[in-house]
Amino acid sequence: MDFFAFVKPKNELEASSNKPENVPFVPEEMWVKCPKCNAMLLTTDMEENLHVCTHCGHHFRLSVRQRIELLADRDSFREHDAELTAKNILDFPGYDAKLEKAKRNANESVCCGECRIGGIKTVLCVMNAEFMMGSMGTVTGEKITRAFEYATDAGLPVVVCTVSGGARMQEGILSLMQMAKTSGAVKRHSDAGLLYITILTDPTTGGVTASFAMEGDIILAEPDTLVAFAGPRVIEQTMRQKLPRDFQTSEFVLQKGFIDAVVSRDKLKSTVARLLKMHGYAEVE
Amino acid sequence: MSNAAKEKDKEKESFPAYEKVMAARDSKKLTAVDYISKMFGDSFIELHGDRRFSDDKAVVGGIAMLYDTPVTIIGIEKGRNTKERVERNFGQAHPEGYRKALRLMKQAEKFHRPVLCLVDTSGAYPGIGAEERGQGQAIAENLMEMMTLKTPVLTIVIGEGGSGGALALAVADEVWMLENSVYSVISPEGCASILWKDSSKAPQAAEALRMTAQDLFDLRVIERIIRQPRADDQAMFESLKLLVSRTFEKNLALDTAELTEQRYARFRRIGAIG
Repeated sequence: MDFFAFVKPKNELEASSNKPENVPFVPEEMWVKCPKCNAMLLTTDMEENLHVCTHCGHHFRLSVRQRIELLADRDSFREHDAELTAKNILDFPGYDAKLEKAKRNANESVCCGECRIGGIKTVLCVMNAEFMMGSMGTVTGEKITRAFEYATDAGLPVVVCTVSGGARMQEGILSLMQMAKTSGAVKRHSDAGLLYITILTDPTTGGVTASFAMEGDIILAEPDTLVAFAGPRVIEQTMRQKLPRDFQTSEFVLQKGFIDAVVSRDKLKSTVARLLKMHGYAEVE
Repeated sequence: MSNAAKEKDKEKESFPAYEKVMAARDSKKLTAVDYISKMFGDSFIELHGDRRFSDDKAVVGGIAMLYDTPVTIIGIEKGRNTKERVERNFGQAHPEGYRKALRLMKQAEKFHRPVLCLVDTSGAYPGIGAEERGQGQAIAENLMEMMTLKTPVLTIVIGEGGSGGALALAVADEVWMLENSVYSVISPEGCASILWKDSSKAPQAAEALRMTAQDLFDLRVIERIIRQPRADDQAMFESLKLLVSRTFEKNLALDTAELTEQRYARFRRIGAIG
């Protein structure tokens, strides 16, 4: 079955948004409130609609698993280096506790592996907002570097979905160095004539923006995604003034010329698959 | 314990890393243009502009003679007095500064001229114009292009090495730091205010971040710690010049494939597992 066949716009729920107290009682977990338009949305509808608000089109953040399900062909994803996990290498105060909490969700802030997208063998890296806001530590950098090195050796294209608060300060200078390390791996992949597509998702900031997020041959972004080097709060502090509302959204950086296209979630997989095909990568099987 | 006694106790605590931060930020210390004139004298010819948007005065670049060898020099300049500091944007570069740096590096590559970068910045400028013109993209491009630049690159941190804005000139064959310089992923104030909601805990953050030259040497992120030259001691600049020259000679002798392979390996091992 086509993955997107059941994706239909659903607008009938909008009326319930203003007076949730009038809605007949339902268990709370069945509903989710859209942070953008305040509409109350049925979780089952949300799932069917790829976690996009059926009312205003707001793209909810996806988990790693959901992102892989969105992009990879069914059951095709094989994770690499799953056992690599963050450590408190500098003995940074408080970091152990943060890691312990984050590790209930995953081993690191990125999940890398190999899959098929539209039948085409692709290396896929998905950053994890639930792991310390996708911050880049040494293991994050190591996993991404390994993914690019693997793709270079195997002659495969790479797709990276970014979501990140930037370099992880608890790993100090060693985190910063991951920007150079990953960029080097991207460059070698690029010099081998291979395709790299980045998909920027909300939020993509700091050291990730200033390294592999902005290094794709083709850079796509989901709608209304924060794409920034310095985050809006930092800039507000420097400028001491409020920023325009759409500042640093994916639509804004598109208009400024720094990304190729804003692609809504329902078109993401087909767009990536078409691009892969146009670069001469063949379907397997 | 009374408040006054507590205060006194606090004063007694020592934060050697933060003292280094303060020394690195000292407005009286030498800046990039000082190093250029002390090391290269009148031979320096400044080259301006990124050929895209403008000339960023926070980045100074050009060609000079290192003994008999022409070299490209790119420095981040904070300015030596208030007027200069305003003009130089306090050493916080915009994207066009990083693009100027890359243009000069590509030019150096074409003529197989070694590149010396002098880093002294609290960070890339966080502002509306900088974001509109792709601060992240400009830094990212430098990281990528420097990694395979087919000519020797050497970076010396001569004051503050502030995060991505410093790294954008520090993807080099070797990175050295002056003994009173620092290099960090984030400022100690920024770190303290994000993690502990209290920027006055910056001294503690400076210790935790491991940002002094000695820390970075111990972490194998830099190759050399350089004795802080005194402005009136020309001999110290001469010996620094000799050290730079020897390093370039060594790397000019390598073929470019080997050179860029070594540069990649230098960064590849940082945080490598197994």
